[in-house]
Amino acid sequence: MTLAIKMSDVTFKYDSQSEPTLHHINLNIEQGERVLLSGPSGSGKTTLGQLLNGLIPHAYQGEITGDITINGHNIKDMSIFERSFDIGTVLQDTDTQFVGLTVAEDVAFALENDNVAHNELFTKVQQWAEIMELEDLLRAAPQELSGGQKQRVAMAGVLIDDSPILLFDEPLASLDPASGHRMLALLDELQEKYHLTVIMIEHRLEDVLQHRLDRVVVLDKGMITFDGTPDEILKTQALAQYGLAMPGYLQLLKLAGVSFDGLANITDPARIAGPDVQEKLQVLDNSVNQQNQRDSSVAEPILTIQQLAFKYGKRALFESVDVTLYEGELVALVGKNGSGKSTLSKLIAGFIKPTAGTMTLTGIGDLSGLSIKERADYIGYVSQNPNEMITQSIIYDEVASGLRLRGMSEEELKPRVHDLLKLAGLYGMREWPVTVLSYGQKKRLTIIAVLALAPKILILDEPTAGQDYANAQAIMNFVQDLNKQFNTTVMIITHDMSLMLSAAERALVLVDGQLLADQSPASLLNNQQLVEQADLSITTVHELAQQYGLSNPAALTALIGKG
Amino acid sequence: MKQRKGLSTRSVVATGIGAAVFLILFKFVAIPTGIPNTQINVAEAWLSLLAAIFGPVVGGLVAFIGHALNDAISYGSVWWTWVIADALFGVILGWAVKKMNLTNGDLTTKKLVGFNVWQLVANLIAWSVIAPLGDVLIYSEPATKVFLQGFVSTGINFVSVGILGSLLLVAYNKTQVKQGSLKEKD
Amino acid sequence: MNNIFGYQPGKSIIHQLSGGTKLLLFLLLTISGMLSFDVRYLILLMIIAVVGLKVAGIRWRNVSTIVKFVAVFAVMNLLLIYLFAPQYGVKLFHSQTILFGSGRYALTLEQLFYEFIVLAKYFFSLPLALIFLLTTNPSEFAAGLNKIGLSYRISYAVALTLRYIPSVQQEFVMISHAQQARGFDMSSNVPLRQRIKGAFGIMMPLVFSSLSKIDEVSRSMDLRRFGKEKKRSWYYEQKFKKQDWWFLLGIVVLVVIEMLLIKVTGSRFWYPFS
Ligand SMILES: Nc1ncnc2c1ncn2[C@@H]1O[C@H](COP(=O)(O)OP(=O)(O)OP(=O)(O)O)[C@@H](O)[C@H]1O
Ligand SMILES: Nc1ncnc2c1ncn2[C@@H]1O[C@H](COP(=O)(O)OP(=O)(O)OP(=O)(O)O)[C@@H](O)[C@H]1O
Ligand SMILES: [Mg+2]
Ligand SMILES: [Mg+2]
Repeated sequence: MTLAIKMSDVTFKYDSQSEPTLHHINLNIEQGERVLLSGPSGSGKTTLGQLLNGLIPHAYQGEITGDITINGHNIKDMSIFERSFDIGTVLQDTDTQFVGLTVAEDVAFALENDNVAHNELFTKVQQWAEIMELEDLLRAAPQELSGGQKQRVAMAGVLIDDSPILLFDEPLASLDPASGHRMLALLDELQEKYHLTVIMIEHRLEDVLQHRLDRVVVLDKGMITFDGTPDEILKTQALAQYGLAMPGYLQLLKLAGVSFDGLANITDPARIAGPDVQEKLQVLDNSVNQQNQRDSSVAEPILTIQQLAFKYGKRALFESVDVTLYEGELVALVGKNGSGKSTLSKLIAGFIKPTAGTMTLTGIGDLSGLSIKERADYIGYVSQNPNEMITQSIIYDEVASGLRLRGMSEEELKPRVHDLLKLAGLYGMREWPVTVLSYGQKKRLTIIAVLALAPKILILDEPTAGQDYANAQAIMNFVQDLNKQFNTTVMIITHDMSLMLSAAERALVLVDGQLLADQSPASLLNNQQLVEQADLSITTVHELAQQYGLSNPAALTALIGKG
Repeated sequence: MKQRKGLSTRSVVATGIGAAVFLILFKFVAIPTGIPNTQINVAEAWLSLLAAIFGPVVGGLVAFIGHALNDAISYGSVWWTWVIADALFGVILGWAVKKMNLTNGDLTTKKLVGFNVWQLVANLIAWSVIAPLGDVLIYSEPATKVFLQGFVSTGINFVSVGILGSLLLVAYNKTQVKQGSLKEKD
Repeated sequence: MNNIFGYQPGKSIIHQLSGGTKLLLFLLLTISGMLSFDVRYLILLMIIAVVGLKVAGIRWRNVSTIVKFVAVFAVMNLLLIYLFAPQYGVKLFHSQTILFGSGRYALTLEQLFYEFIVLAKYFFSLPLALIFLLTTNPSEFAAGLNKIGLSYRISYAVALTLRYIPSVQQEFVMISHAQQARGFDMSSNVPLRQRIKGAFGIMMPLVFSSLSKIDEVSRSMDLRRFGKEKKRSWYYEQKFKKQDWWFLLGIVVLVVIEMLLIKVTGSRFWYPFS
């Protein structure tokens, strides 16, 4: 059988770079395989994808050496149009993928371009709308869809081509955990039915592992550092070295002192087994049972929100929300896509005005009289989309601009800006234009640009989405430092349950504009009903705990968070 | 890659999104100058940048589509003579600066002056000649009124593009990287 | 539904016309109204436009804001004309009937008549535009452009404009807030220099994110083969039905009437009182 993809000794250099971005890549992918392509941010994953789908050299100039064949065709002879029949691409940003005025038009787009007759066009759109459960949305405009729905539209618009190979660039980055799993499950089904080959670029190994996965390929600095089965990479125990996070259940096993060599079903927390697993886990479980008590010092409220109401046009999103943030705490705001998390933070930052209710900042008073700029002296908000925040063309200036506007002198701000740049791993690039950064790099840039202003309350909207393990860790460590050292109150909006468990003391659960819960992250995940309502997912530690009858999964999760 | 006939996909998208941005800037961003009823026109600055990057066809189409749609949505009628004048401004400027390579990363003072000379010429032709002449010939409006309006527009647009358009060009050039120039520093 | 036009779905005969027909109707009618200075013809168009509003079932409350806005705008323009050329009507119609006053600003019947024509032009084109905007599904608009002969690339550029106006607007608002939070001052009580700086602070991110959006969207369109064929089919296909042809015939008749009127009068300007 011909290979789906064969890359032999491929090296690639962007024209604007002085060094190659990919070095001597050898990669064979068989028909019907599902491959995860992972690795640190900036390692060249997206670049590799673009070599396959033809955007290089169609849209980006550079030097390619080596050979690439797709389904047996040498790509040298193929235009980007011809390649699109072999390989369909679902881009990282579903907003730019969505080019139609409505869902139906976007799904039909590729066929419209082939000048397919109207009858056939119509039938195929209906067919794929059914498969992807989009029938009721065919007339909806992009701005009326949630993140998960946009993802399904994007998939339908690519699958309608019947291309045998699918390439996904970070499909999970902005989906809530339940939607992420639904998407992967759908992919399992489609792959089975249409014998697809799937290449997925993704940082969230733990989520991907819970579905079909045949191979893991890891890139680092443009070279393949690992190429093997999920079992193999998990057993190496050196995931961090590959820039990947170790899944929670394995961290726990490691902490319990279980040796990985003897483990069976290592990729599945619900079926994992080994000679000493039960015994060692039990010991660990008992030890946490005893030290369960937490000190509960009473903190002062810093921001009190009462009976907040808000409407988008005629649609009421919040009817009466009460939230209190306490001084010096680190709180997580979670909930499914489209439930109003970003909207709530924009209300707090003053970007939008509530229709009713009050917000009071301790020591300052009612916030309604303060302008956005005045609020920003106390409350820093980093939006979900980095492109909305960047004002300057050069990286250094971007971090410095807020300080400059507040009248700080150049000598004074320089060390501060440099420290922040180092923290974000952007120091070496400080004189580069912002436009060449990868998505993850841009996101880090916007976070440090707000951190530079040292606000009392910091709201981070999905700070780790699309970030690799090391950078996510670095950001969280920094935020936790701020929180401890300067007593900054931090609210993190996130879809990452492990992050919530390891970092936050308290979790607020927002679903369809209502605050459903305000409790410790651990107890939240113990509440099956709440987890389902909020489209969250229990962590793999919980699955492991269920399997081995451990009594205290929450405390165990907290344990690995600390370790 | 074989170049097919007609606009490239990138030009199509530049036209489409460019016109959307033009319309939003036109509708929502106006900097009052202090003189009543005269505002610095931010949309024209955006148009001048697009004309410099993508050339006369995109420049003309962006102004035409953006201006006509804005008229239709905001005033319920399209004032065609001004729409055409605006489109002409995009075409003339795009055509004139095409050879000057304004967007390849090394913007010299000489080039910047050239850009501003041409934008003055394009503004004069569009707003002091074509727009008022069209108003007189087609809409039969009194010449004194429309020429005065035309001169005011010429001045405002010249200043807008002169300040904001030049700033945008400078900023854009900073983002254009030269071949093999990106290297990490410690 | 994408709704930048304020499209109101409905079942009227006008709703059922294809987008291409409506666009042609709108363009031809506005252009012939724009060229004519014959009150009889303009009143005829006004009647047609108002009947059209009724037939399309458009409610006052949907359009009241824009009508008031245009009314104010029209009155301002009328005053401006009077201010700059108080005797323009006299020149146009080659006669002078002073109603009262004297000198440069004497009010003449001819001037009143001329200004009435200008007003009539506003008030026939407004209903026409409203009918067009409120009964045309934006999705059909681009397909319609292509149908009446524009190249599909330019037609799709228009579709993209309609697609991205709401996104750009949202982004614009968000950027403006984020910039204010950074410390840019946009209020009008700061010196001009600072206001320009503030506007520039919003413009920069919007410009750069739009430029990168242009690149990303064109890549995503390349990946789905936009521009591969000579022709392109449309999901919202535009087929001319019987009623489309009837309406188009109606337009031809109206254009012929205009030409006859000009021929009979001897010019575009008709003045009954001389
Ligand atoms: N168009 C371009 N021109 C020049 N350099 C580029 C370009 N695109 C990417 N690069 C550089 O190539 C390197 C790899 O980028 P790429 O986008 O492939 O990373 P990635 O692995 O997908 O990262 P992430 O996980 O953050 O998305 C980066 O250092 C980036 O700066
Ligand atoms: N500008 C807007 N106009 C109209 N509706 C909006 C607007 N912004 C958001 N919405 C709607 O309000 C709801 C809440 O959106 P919001 O962005 O706050 O959700 P979220 O919880 O942040 O979701 P996600 O996890 O996907 O980021 C959604 O249904 C969304 O479609
Ligand atoms: Mg990437
Ligand atoms: Mg959000």
